[in-house]
Order: sequence, then structure tokens, then C-alpha cells
Amino acid sequence: MAGRVLVGVKRVIDYAVKIRVKPDKTGVVTDGVKHSMNPFCEIAVEEAVRLREKKLMKEVIAVSCGPQQCQETIRTALAMGADRGIHVEVSGKDYENLGPLQVSKIMAALAKKEEASLVIVGKQAIDGDCNQTGQMTAALLDWPQGTFASEVSVDGDGLKVEREIDGGLESVRIKMPAVVTADLRLNEPRYATLPNIMKAKKKKIASVKPADLGVELTSRLEILAVEDPPQRQSGVKVESVQDLVTKLRDSGTL
Amino acid sequence: MFPACKYTLQARRCLCSLAALQRAHSPSLFCATRWSSSSSTTPRITSHYTVYPREKDPRWEGVDMERFVDEADVVVVGAGPAGLSAAIRLKQLASEQGKELRVCVVEKASQIGAHTLSGACIEPSALQELFPDWKERGAPLHTPVTEDRFGILTEKYRIPVPILPGLPMNNHGNYIVRLGHLVSWLAEQAEELEVELYPGYAAAEVLFHEDGSVKGIATNDVGISKDGSPKDTFERGMELHAKVTVFGEGCHGHLAKQLYKHFNLRQHCEPQTYAIGLKEVWVIDEKKWRPGRVEHTVGWPLDRHSYGGSFLYHLNEGEPLVALGFVVGLDYQNPYMNPFSEFQRWKHHPTVLPTLEGGKRIAYGARALNEGGFQSLPKLTFPGGLLVGCSPGFMNVPKIKGTHSAMKSGMMAAETIFSKLTNENLQSETEGLCVPEYEENLKNSWVWKELYSVRNIRPSCHGLFGVYGGMVYTGIFYWILRGKEPWTLKHKGLDSDQLKPAKDCTPIEYPKPDGKISFDLLSSVALSGTNHEHDQPPHLTLKNDSIPVNNNLAIYDGPEQRFCPAGVYEYVPVETGDGMRLQINAQNCVHCKTCDIKDPSQNINWVVPEGGGGPAYNGM
Repeated sequence: MAGRVLVGVKRVIDYAVKIRVKPDKTGVVTDGVKHSMNPFCEIAVEEAVRLREKKLMKEVIAVSCGPQQCQETIRTALAMGADRGIHVEVSGKDYENLGPLQVSKIMAALAKKEEASLVIVGKQAIDGDCNQTGQMTAALLDWPQGTFASEVSVDGDGLKVEREIDGGLESVRIKMPAVVTADLRLNEPRYATLPNIMKAKKKKIASVKPADLGVELTSRLEILAVEDPPQRQSGVKVESVQDLVTKLRDSGTL
Repeated sequence: MFPACKYTLQARRCLCSLAALQRAHSPSLFCATRWSSSSSTTPRITSHYTVYPREKDPRWEGVDMERFVDEADVVVVGAGPAGLSAAIRLKQLASEQGKELRVCVVEKASQIGAHTLSGACIEPSALQELFPDWKERGAPLHTPVTEDRFGILTEKYRIPVPILPGLPMNNHGNYIVRLGHLVSWLAEQAEELEVELYPGYAAAEVLFHEDGSVKGIATNDVGISKDGSPKDTFERGMELHAKVTVFGEGCHGHLAKQLYKHFNLRQHCEPQTYAIGLKEVWVIDEKKWRPGRVEHTVGWPLDRHSYGGSFLYHLNEGEPLVALGFVVGLDYQNPYMNPFSEFQRWKHHPTVLPTLEGGKRIAYGARALNEGGFQSLPKLTFPGGLLVGCSPGFMNVPKIKGTHSAMKSGMMAAETIFSKLTNENLQSETEGLCVPEYEENLKNSWVWKELYSVRNIRPSCHGLFGVYGGMVYTGIFYWILRGKEPWTLKHKGLDSDQLKPAKDCTPIEYPKPDGKISFDLLSSVALSGTNHEHDQPPHLTLKNDSIPVNNNLAIYDGPEQRFCPAGVYEYVPVETGDGMRLQINAQNCVHCKTCDIKDPSQNINWVVPEGGGGPAYNGM
């Protein structure tokens, strides 16, 4: 049954860093800011590597779309145990407009090219919070999807996925090839230790351009402005119910 | 016991009680490290393996503690200006002379430059030596100094002081830089020269050969939980062996602290003295922006006996940015002093406030810096390794510059190491190479001369007139006589010994932050972007868990809750019953090292946390 797993990883601004909006309001400041692998992507990589260690899959390929710096993120995935990496070169204006639709087209093309049996991605990226790439990839490939996975196990020629949903947990069985998106409780990712980083420097990272995959990157979305959320106004304490009613009337709420 | 006829009755009683005391205390000396670490009333705080060895810990039985080993020619600890200059110079020499050299640099920050913090107004002399074509290569020195201002502040006014050429703080020819960006640029140059850079991996342990010389370093273990037990993700750090290990950890490095003790490097020098520097970066109103202007003040809010002052530099990098900050000497005596609050209230001075009005704060950070200068330089070399940069401490205090001398020390280290490594007739007594030529060459260089000429300026501030006496001294002995006076003044001693008990001092009333110019501590810490993996043993280790409440709080009213610029230390009431306990919020730590320096009980030992943790400074 052992097939190939394609794992998507994204390089995002580190979650502990305070974001600053650019003075021209076109986006956030990214120059020199600390970046790291999206936490959900780390969980996805860990799950893929575990599947390979259990001999259920034979190869883990880490993919990232973006400028040159993405190679660092792919290296981290390689240090965690991925076998090889693919860097899809997207930079400049194309990178600013890169959204879930474009990435899912790239992932779908790569999944077909690499003959992957499984695509695992994080459920969402902490910068865009879109939660769309996994689902769109499945739709483009016409593959079943197990999203918000908190547990994944192989069941015959398919997968059994425990999904975290609003009401609790849902169990689905999906046939392979499939797309899975990783949620927080799927696993605890291992550390990328220094000896593994050193070994990862010898693993291959192939570079491709989106055009080579036949993917067209134009976005149908235009960002008009990026602004800070409004300052939170301080609340007012009232002494009695009468005061509360007066205040609500004054503010026009009542 | 004592011949009765020789002593008076009183003396005999004295001697008897002394002997009794000795007997009562000697049993506890043997198990001091284990038993007195936490009494029954003190909750356990420290769980780090440097205090509780894992060999004796039942939770670690059967855990594989073997480490992966790799060999390099030179290992550099710390990717700051000194460490990177050393690595770059080594590779430059190697390629010039056609030799192969493997140079590895380990750095605890997740990306190089993320733990770098400095004013900074640098002298490009060392950079010019390292890269004569630094301008063409695009080094981020964009702001030449155009204006130099110095003032003495009183509560409401400012007394200008002329900066005459020849005075140490004259900045003609210097550049205002964002040192974090300069360090990132140096890292790029290093990578081009094929230096192996490993950010995110902290050197946690020094390794020794059988003959006692330094063998290399081991990086930190990962996957240890908060209570000290191994997690599923536990993995040992790796060992990096080298012929020579260069230690460039910056001010008060934790491995350097061990090396001083191990090799007795501080035998013939005075203890190092320090200051804490807090810094913010602001985007200000364009109308107030004067690119290239350097402003320094002394005086208010500090009194004349507390060394310290402020800096405000206008950068010229596109946006109207200013880098500003406040330095407080850590030899202060009043335990109620709060350097962070002094910084915040200084910003409200009538001559400072207008610059910041209408502006927005975008960064905050803090770091300890050296003030000891010449008198505090330790022995720099030992078998298997040597010290560079602010770790031994080459900062020129009155000039407020240490980057140029740190880089020069790194370069000299590289040159002497290289000639030693390529010497075919090399015979070494120890397996780790000893490079005493580094110290000799440094003594003949401009670094030594510079530090010698300003050696008396900082100690001259201990006199009756405090900082103003120091300024007069500088005027006479440095400006006129160029530091050639035949005497060398001494420092006061260890910074941690300078605190007076809280009952002898008056608490200082600091104004509340207004949220526009001055800010509270926690929102400032959030701006530093600092974070650590939550589930790891706190890296602020205490040798004895009961000392903070019994000593620091009881006598000094807990000065660590005031001098820590990140709010790591808090005295909170115990959950049941009376009394307080120390709470250590290790995740907030910005790696400034002030607590290790200023703790009056010297009970706090800062060790390196899991690599990658710490502040996320961007161009600080």
C-alpha cells in the first residue's frame, strides 16, 4: 500500500511576533521579521513522517511556494524527516497575491506529477486564516477529504479520520488517494535537531516554476487596504440598573 | 580543648560557642546542594538539570543520553559582531591561502540578529578592515552622524554641553546603525564565504578533553518538560568538537561564567561591572525628524551618584525612525530603583517629549552591557579556546561604543588561530590548542590603547560629585592629557554587592504610564516578540529555592521584580496561608542577563533555554 505523501508547508511570521501594518497600508511589515513554519504545517509534517516510519507510506515530499527564503522552511521539514523537497518559486507581486486558490492549483498539479496517494496540509495558515487550501486541493483533484483531522489511521485501502467539528468528533472513512488537513491535536511535532539539520543540507530540494506545472497565478482578489483593528474603547462601570438604562438610551442602543 | 589558663572567661565562652556552631553546621555542608534547595515551606521553583543532575534522577533511568558528535576546525559560540567577524576572517584567510577550514557558528536566536540589541552609533574602523568594500557590498550603514548633542537634564530644563573634538563621545565619521540588521548582513557575508551558520541551536555545555583543555561545545537538549522529566520528544543535543572554540556570547555569557571559574581567568583583574540598557524604536512625526542627529543626556531622572543616561538617535533609512533608550549602571544602591520606569519617565522630559509626540512605538528591548573596561579584562585565552567581544568586555564606556572593538577582537582571534592551525610544525601540549598569541597581539593593538586611555573615566564617577565629577575628570585627564595619567582607579566591586538593605532606602514613586509616550511593562515585553517553549524547565535557575523569599525579599524587598526589564520575577502571595513566593515567568525573558548580574544573593544562575527561544528583535 505504501505510496507517496505530499506535505505542504508555509513560511509565516512567527506567532509570538507583534505585527505592524506598513505605513502605505498595503500589507504588514515582513522585512527582517522573524518567520517560522506555520504551526499546523509542522503537525502535518510530523504526521506524514510518522506514517512513513510505520511503513504505511514510502516517501514524504515537502512542498513550499514562495521566494528564496522558503527553502529554510523546507529544510526544517527535511530535518524533521521528509525525504525530499520541492520549492515552487513565486516572488514579488505574484507572491503578494498568492492565495489558497493558486496554492491549491499548484498542490493539485504536483500531486498528479508526483503520483502522490496522500496530500497532508495544515488546516489553515496563521497569517491568512483562510482554511481553504486543503479543501480546494481536494476539489481540484476530485479526491475525498478528511479535514480538521485529530487522528488518522490506515483502514484497508483507505483512511479513517477523526474530525474535530463544532459538536465534538466525527469519524469518516475515506478512500485513497485523499487530502487530509491537520488540526492541533493530531500530534506533537518533533524538534528539528542540529544533526538532522546538517543531514538535511544534503537532501535534495528541487526548484520548479508555477508555469512548469501549467498553473496560472493571476488572482481574482484585490487587496484594497490593510489596517489595524480599531482601538478598544474602555468600558464604563455603572452603579445601578437605572444608570445602565440611562446610558443605553443615551447611546441610542435602546 | 583550650588551655584554660591562657584565656579569659569571656574569650573562652566565645571560643566554645564558635566551636559549637561549627559542629552544628558542618553536617549540612556536605549535602548543601540537595537538601537546602527547598525547605518544606518553599514551593519548588527550579527543575533544571544543572541544579538537579539527571544521573541521580529516577525519571531519567534508561533514557539514552548518547550524543551525536561532529568535528570542525573552529567552533564559534554566538553570531554577534565579534563571533561573525572571527568566522568571516578565518574563511577570508583560508581562501586567500588556499587552505580548507571548517568553521561552524552556533547561535541561540532563531534567526541571526534576533537577539542583537544596541544603540547604536558605530565606528566603522573595524568593518573597514574586515571589508574595505563594505559600501559596495551593501552594508546597512545608511546614516552618517551629522549632529552631536549632549545635555545635562534637570527636572524641567536641559543644560547643553559642547562636544569638542577629542572628547570621547564625539561622533564625527561614525554611523548610526540598526545593529541587528548589520549583524544579519554580516551573516549573509559569512554564508557566502561558506561559514556554517546554525541559528536556533544554543551552546549549552562546554566539553573538555581528558587533559582539561576545551574540546568543543554541546548544544542544548530538547524535549524536557517543565518539571524536569523527559517528554516523548526528548532528544539530546549534539557535540561539536573543534581544535579551538571561540566564545563570543556577548555581555555576561553563561558559558563564559563557567570558564572564568574553571580556568581561573579572573585572578588578576577586577570584577566586571555592568549597566542595563533599555531601548525602543519609534516612528515619529516627519516634522520632528532630524536624520543623523545623535543626542545624549545625563542627569534627570537619575541622581549624580547613579551612573546612567539616555540616547536618542535619528535614523535615515526611509521612514522617520528614532532609536532611543536609557542606560542605568547596575552598581546602583537603592533596591527600589526600577530601570524600566526610569526610562519611561525620562521620555516625559520637556526636551524629549516633543520629539515623540504623535509618534508610534514599534519595538522594545533590553540588554546588559559592560562598564568595567580595562580594569576588568580577564585572561582571554585558555587551552582549547578564547574569548572575544563583549564577553570579556572591550566596550569603550565613555564613547558608548563596543562594536568596533568587539569586531576587532574577533578578527585578531581569527588571525592568530589561523596562523596556529596552518603551522605545520605545531606542537601543542594539550589536545585543545592554546592561542596565547591572541592576547599578546590584542595588547599591541589599538583596542588595548583605546581602552587604556579611557580606563579612569567610569571609576571617576564614584567620587563625591558623582557623574559630574566624572565629566570634570574626563575634561582634564582625557581631553587634555589623553588618558596618560600614571594611576589606574579601581571600581567599587561586584555590582551585586552594592545594594543597601531596603529599610535604609526610600521607595521611589514612579508616575503611571500614559499609554502614549510611556508604557507599562507587559505591553513592552509583548513588543519584543519574546517567547519560549512553554513546557521546559525555567532557565532562570536558583541554586537555592528558599533564598529569594528569605533573603532577597526580606532584606532588599525583592529587587529582581524591579530590575528585570521583562517582568520575569514576581513575588506573589502563596495560595494557602501567609507569606509570599517567587514566581518566575521564564517565557518573558529577553536574555538581558541583568538578574544574573545584580541578584544580591548571587543565587540566580541564567542558563540557556531551548534554542530558538528568546526575543525576536528586528533591527535593534
